[in-house]
Amino acid sequence: MMTEISRKRKVTNAVMLSLTGVCTVLVIGVLFFILGYLLWHGGRSLNWDFFTKLPKPSGESGGGMANAIVGSGKVLLVATLIGVPLGFMAGVYLAEYSGKTFAFTLRYTVDLLNGVPSIVIGIVAYALVVHPMHTFSALAGGVALGIMMVPIAVRTTEEFLRAVPNSLREGAMALGATKAKTIFTVVVPAAISGLASGMMLNLARVAGETAPLLFTALGNTFWSHGWLHPIATLPVMIYNYALAPEEDLHQQAWAAGFVLLALVLVINITARMIIARGAASSRR
Amino acid sequence: MLSESTVGTPQTLADTPKAAATVCKLNSKNLNFFYGSFQALHNISIEVASNKVTAFIGPSGCGKSTFLRTMNRMNEALRNTRVDGDLLLDGENLFSMDVTDVRRRVGMVFQRSNPFPKTIFDNIAYGLRVNGIHKKRVLEEAVERSLQRAALWTEVKDKLQKPASALSGGQQQRLCIARALAVEPEVLLLDEPCSALDPIATLKIEELLFQLKSVTTIVIVTHNMQQAARVADYTGFFLLGRLIEFGDTKKIFQNPGVKETEDYVTGRFG
Repeated sequence: MMTEISRKRKVTNAVMLSLTGVCTVLVIGVLFFILGYLLWHGGRSLNWDFFTKLPKPSGESGGGMANAIVGSGKVLLVATLIGVPLGFMAGVYLAEYSGKTFAFTLRYTVDLLNGVPSIVIGIVAYALVVHPMHTFSALAGGVALGIMMVPIAVRTTEEFLRAVPNSLREGAMALGATKAKTIFTVVVPAAISGLASGMMLNLARVAGETAPLLFTALGNTFWSHGWLHPIATLPVMIYNYALAPEEDLHQQAWAAGFVLLALVLVINITARMIIARGAASSRR
Repeated sequence: MLSESTVGTPQTLADTPKAAATVCKLNSKNLNFFYGSFQALHNISIEVASNKVTAFIGPSGCGKSTFLRTMNRMNEALRNTRVDGDLLLDGENLFSMDVTDVRRRVGMVFQRSNPFPKTIFDNIAYGLRVNGIHKKRVLEEAVERSLQRAALWTEVKDKLQKPASALSGGQQQRLCIARALAVEPEVLLLDEPCSALDPIATLKIEELLFQLKSVTTIVIVTHNMQQAARVADYTGFFLLGRLIEFGDTKKIFQNPGVKETEDYVTGRFG
């Protein structure tokens, strides 16, 4: 009787282990499949020209996406400068100062903002920045992406600050530090690895957003100087090239897709490493 | 049998030494403390003598830690609490002073050591920097002096730039003591500082307290009666939020005036 039951258990165990194992492989496989597919189709275009040259006019082959790579960098920089400080300070308020009801309301509002479709945020940025300035710009694109960064910045900051043990706050206050000094000289430094990696993941998520850039940054086949002119970005270039008739441009779109994905992966992996190192040092 | 009429009456307070030799550093008058609607402290009136070690003993939940935390107004950081009564430092009303000033003058060391995730040097210098002292030479001298006073200097003088988390439990607690001493507090409150330490580390800290008397006034809360008997000049016995008896340590342990005190120190309950 017992051997019958234990055999059934062993079989169930083996089946579930295999099933979960297969699913895991499938999930990881999807990522590698995408990477491989992009590389297969766009690999030919991943050359030195791609990273250094401007797009060639319609009909001519060759050229690159140097302006889009730099453009993405510029727009993301503006987004970080807008989204991170706003989100961070709101997160500090939520974690350290607010009362229960206001905290609940603020968190709910932030979650709602997170759910707003990215194209709607693009329209808002158009109305706020592009229309009054009468120009598409890196600034407008940065504003749109910055707004998208705020909700995650707020929640990440709040979470990591709350994770700092209260004993550290008490220790600082017992030495005569005010609440603000305690927060910025003890609590935030204690949470810094989590905060930094959280912001990086936030950036990685926003790096691939295309819809809001369509009517804020617009696009540019040349270099965009300064911050107040239309600017090329990787996601929008992929969009434009994918719809173009030339095969050469299709391949460049694949290559751009690969570069974008690689960028996001690198940011993600770096962020995870920072968290891991932070966790290891605090466990000592 | 303990009754409301015998608690806090002159009968027990008569034991409070008021001899000319001892100066009162910090005292409370009819201090009451509430967590919401629960009264945690009832009419605590006590005088802490200057440059002496005063110990608070009593079973769990008797209010000794609550009273300690009221003495440097740490309880104000908690929500929904209320204090009633007087607390005086050198005759000055503690509640009307600036709270950060109070906490600099009345320092605290906690039950579990809580070094900041910074270097050893930055931990000790933190209190000084927060109080506006930034000159490198001044900080270095103060850090050395504090570590000497905490009997930790020889062990860490070559690794001041290493993280404080690398120290052992006992060393970390001495670091926290040094950190508290760096701002030169007039009173040092210690909340069961040795409860998480092994006997050797405990002994080191007890020896330390004996030496620190000369630079500051010490108030220690301890669960360990033998520790109170070893280190304290004066001892106060707390029970259910009331100060049952206070006086010379020898008297409290050898010849207590109140039955509850006698029952506690002889181990009949606790």
